[in-house]
Amino acid sequence: MKTISNVVCPFCGSLCDDIEVDVENGQVTKVRRGCAISIAKFTKYGEERIYKPRIDGKEASLEEAIDKAVEILANAKYPILYGWSCTSTEAINVGIEIAELIGGVMDNTASVCHGPTIIGEQDAGISTCTLGQVKHRADLIIYWGCNPAHAHPRHMARYSAASKGKFVKGRNERKVIVVDVRKTRTAKAADIFIQVEPNSDYELLTALRWAVKNGELEQPKIAGIPAEKIEEIADMLISCRFGALFFGLGLTMSAGKARNIEAAVSLVRELNNYTKFVMMPMRGHFNVTGANEVMAWITGYPFAVDFSRGYPFYNPGDTTVVDILTRGDCDAALIVASDPVSGFPTEAVRNLAKIPVITIDPHETPTTMISKVVIPTALVGIEAEGSAYRMDAVPLRLKKLVDPPPNILSDEEVLKMILKKLKERVG
Amino acid sequence: MEILIKNGYVYDPINKIDGEKMDIAVKDGKIVESVGSNAKVIDASNMLVMPGGVDIHSHIAGSKVNSGRILRPEDHYKDVEPRTTVTRSGVGYTVPSSYTIGYRYAKLGYTTVIEAASPPLKTRHTHEELNDIPLIDKTCYLVLDNNWIVLDYLSQGEIDKCAAFIAWILKALKGYAIKIVNPGGVELWGWGRNVESLDDQVPPFNITPREIVRGLCKINKILNLPHTIHLHTNNLGKPGNYRTTIETMDAVKDLADGKPNIHVTHVQFCGYGGDTWITLRSGAPEIAKYVNNHPHVTIDLGQVVFGEATTMTGDGPFQFILQSLTGNKWKNADVEAEGSAGIVPYKFKRKNFVNAIQWTIGLELALLIKDPWRVFLTTDHPNAGPFTEYPRVIAWLMSTKAREKTMERINKRAKKRSVLPSVDREYTFYEIAIITRAATAKALNLTNKGHLGVGADADIAIYNINPMEVNPSKEYKKVRKALRRAAYTIKGGEIIVKDGEIVKSFVGETFWVKPTMPEELEKEILREVAEKFKEYYTVSLENYIIGEHELARSRSITVNTSL
Repeated sequence: MKTISNVVCPFCGSLCDDIEVDVENGQVTKVRRGCAISIAKFTKYGEERIYKPRIDGKEASLEEAIDKAVEILANAKYPILYGWSCTSTEAINVGIEIAELIGGVMDNTASVCHGPTIIGEQDAGISTCTLGQVKHRADLIIYWGCNPAHAHPRHMARYSAASKGKFVKGRNERKVIVVDVRKTRTAKAADIFIQVEPNSDYELLTALRWAVKNGELEQPKIAGIPAEKIEEIADMLISCRFGALFFGLGLTMSAGKARNIEAAVSLVRELNNYTKFVMMPMRGHFNVTGANEVMAWITGYPFAVDFSRGYPFYNPGDTTVVDILTRGDCDAALIVASDPVSGFPTEAVRNLAKIPVITIDPHETPTTMISKVVIPTALVGIEAEGSAYRMDAVPLRLKKLVDPPPNILSDEEVLKMILKKLKERVG
Repeated sequence: MEILIKNGYVYDPINKIDGEKMDIAVKDGKIVESVGSNAKVIDASNMLVMPGGVDIHSHIAGSKVNSGRILRPEDHYKDVEPRTTVTRSGVGYTVPSSYTIGYRYAKLGYTTVIEAASPPLKTRHTHEELNDIPLIDKTCYLVLDNNWIVLDYLSQGEIDKCAAFIAWILKALKGYAIKIVNPGGVELWGWGRNVESLDDQVPPFNITPREIVRGLCKINKILNLPHTIHLHTNNLGKPGNYRTTIETMDAVKDLADGKPNIHVTHVQFCGYGGDTWITLRSGAPEIAKYVNNHPHVTIDLGQVVFGEATTMTGDGPFQFILQSLTGNKWKNADVEAEGSAGIVPYKFKRKNFVNAIQWTIGLELALLIKDPWRVFLTTDHPNAGPFTEYPRVIAWLMSTKAREKTMERINKRAKKRSVLPSVDREYTFYEIAIITRAATAKALNLTNKGHLGVGADADIAIYNINPMEVNPSKEYKKVRKALRRAAYTIKGGEIIVKDGEIVKSFVGETFWVKPTMPEELEKEILREVAEKFKEYYTVSLENYIIGEHELARSRSITVNTSL
């Protein structure tokens, strides 16, 4: 038995890097310090696995599967390449080159989660920081439309509300405000819970900014919250030493979307005239941030990049994969480390099922079920190494803890084989 | 592969070659005495031959640069690079994509570029991007002046331990030099504050900016690092800050031993006279006077080229002021226990009084500082404009006519306030070769770069202009045009650019320093650092370290320290 320490957990955007695992006979047998999700990820990774490549539902050799994938991609006029948030930065990097070579559209799951955050940032900017800055300094924390107690289980203890920092020593030295449409577990642990009316976040953010800037509000109630309450919160925001606003899909995917983020950016920017204030999206998949980063450095844009013109082109709403699928514009798809069939709108899924789909994934998913070609791969962070970016864009190196099942390669290796053969074919 | 570059007019200031007609022989990536008869011959008759350019300060890779890319899709739409059989696709303009950066530098005849500010915690990101910048050799400076471990050691007077820590971190993170950005001020920015003078206290560390700068300057000497400390001043971007700049230079005067011991970067941004934006004037004459009298200082310009820019620095409080002034979108990104970064898009306008003054400051510095070996050409890309505009700056330096032409169109009040109209100095090709390659290579102590002597790396730029016939003073447009697109760029003995187009692409080297250290000392420091790390960081020490295998083409440079 050997024990491996400082393991980075390949589950959520928190990328906790203090996990300790025991490995025995090529299996992870024990996980220490991980949250329940992390433990499940490390110990049950063998379940629902695919062990053999498939073409049209029939077992095939890796070479046959790759040849078929290459044939589909080379013949496609407008292919989409989607997923990427649960694999290594290196694999995504290869994916970008494939997309460029075949004139496809490269998009990642930010498209359907924090895409509006990125668009809001492109309109207004963002004041942000790494998580340690919050841990050391934040005496006021807001969780808005996010529920870390469920989705990022160690976030509050390691980085935010209950963490122990240099200047702020723990939970009792911080004020915690939760804004949500329902009383979540995170809300129950807060000092103040603001139950905003559904789809009224924009109004509340704008009212808060008004209250910060001008003191008093005219209307008695905004977004279901009494004016006095909003004014009280505004006073709290101004008088903290360092405030941090964490936000989730409750803000990005409710009415207003990117406009909500702009409103939040404007509030935080205004607050920086009085005190120090930052904000940060609670990114979900462990390397969705990395997907945005590597796409940006190679193409200039963080998601939804269309190479059909020969150069990178970006126009969310047009070049986003859900929109392309809904229009029925694409004629082939390469899905890597993602399950769009489970998450996409019905019309998009219906159109996806009509075109040849190549899926590269360690696990059986609804998407593999509709795929023409399925290539199983190793799990990054357990069976393969690679880089990943935490939600605050801190890059970490995922470790290889055990060998993958026999004849199973990493996403990066499989994609490199596809790229090589495509290059021979398309030049 | 062997190459013979025949009959070019060679400018190689390190070897004191000033426009001599001669042949340059290349073999196995190096300059050699001679090559065989089968060598590929490049006919460089009537052409200008120089060593490949060496850019000492440019923001090309890492979290800050990429934040700029993400923040600014509007920067990319109109400037696109389609894929070719040799090159990857990409976008510009002020914050180009990584492949495009490599190609565009190569087209300018530049072959070595240094990323100017990498926060240690995000240096893995810097290296991942450097891996994807093709052709040029590169490295990065590590921002260390607001680092809590450094501040702890310095405030306790533990210079040797601090030196050992810095030796370790340069090695562990694969960096090249010590970068200082608004020392003390950026730590205070963690609370939304800043320092205003070199002697302000920085709580809770009980240390002043002056002590930080002096401490790091001493450490730089103990470690015998190839470059000096590389410093972005306090009070950057504020009227009257030229005094802080001179005071900072003066703060390490007594530590010098005949050689430069401080590089002050993008001095245009810290060369402001006056007291307010209304009374703003150039502080360049005072700074130039100081530099002329003090050989321990080198500077680079941060020259403004009018048009679009993206300001991005590790100076969070400065960027905050800039967003207040402009109302433009603003990104701030603090890094725990280490520093900050800020980004604000900006457009430099000729008719704007402040912008026009800024333009004059850079040129005044270049023209009033007598020794070209101590003033380097930069635009602090992309802060004062993109590096692709270097030929425009060169034209201004070589031609009073070019300067007059621009001066006719700048803000009149700014023109009246500048000494520039009375300066008639014009740079020669030899001096241009100094400020763009020879002096920068020397300041970085890259002994194989910046010259064409036998044994040097075969990094060569050939421009299609005849320096014996052209009169740059009058025909500055010809010079500008020729320098925009090299006739040939040779990198490591391979022809990578021909007639201004990329003809071959590969990955250049990433070099970094490996300071020597007694094993016992390293163990002791690592023990202490490990303790601090648990308290200061949200990542483990093991995961902070960057493996050599993470660099696409790694080249370590061992440095013998006096630790």
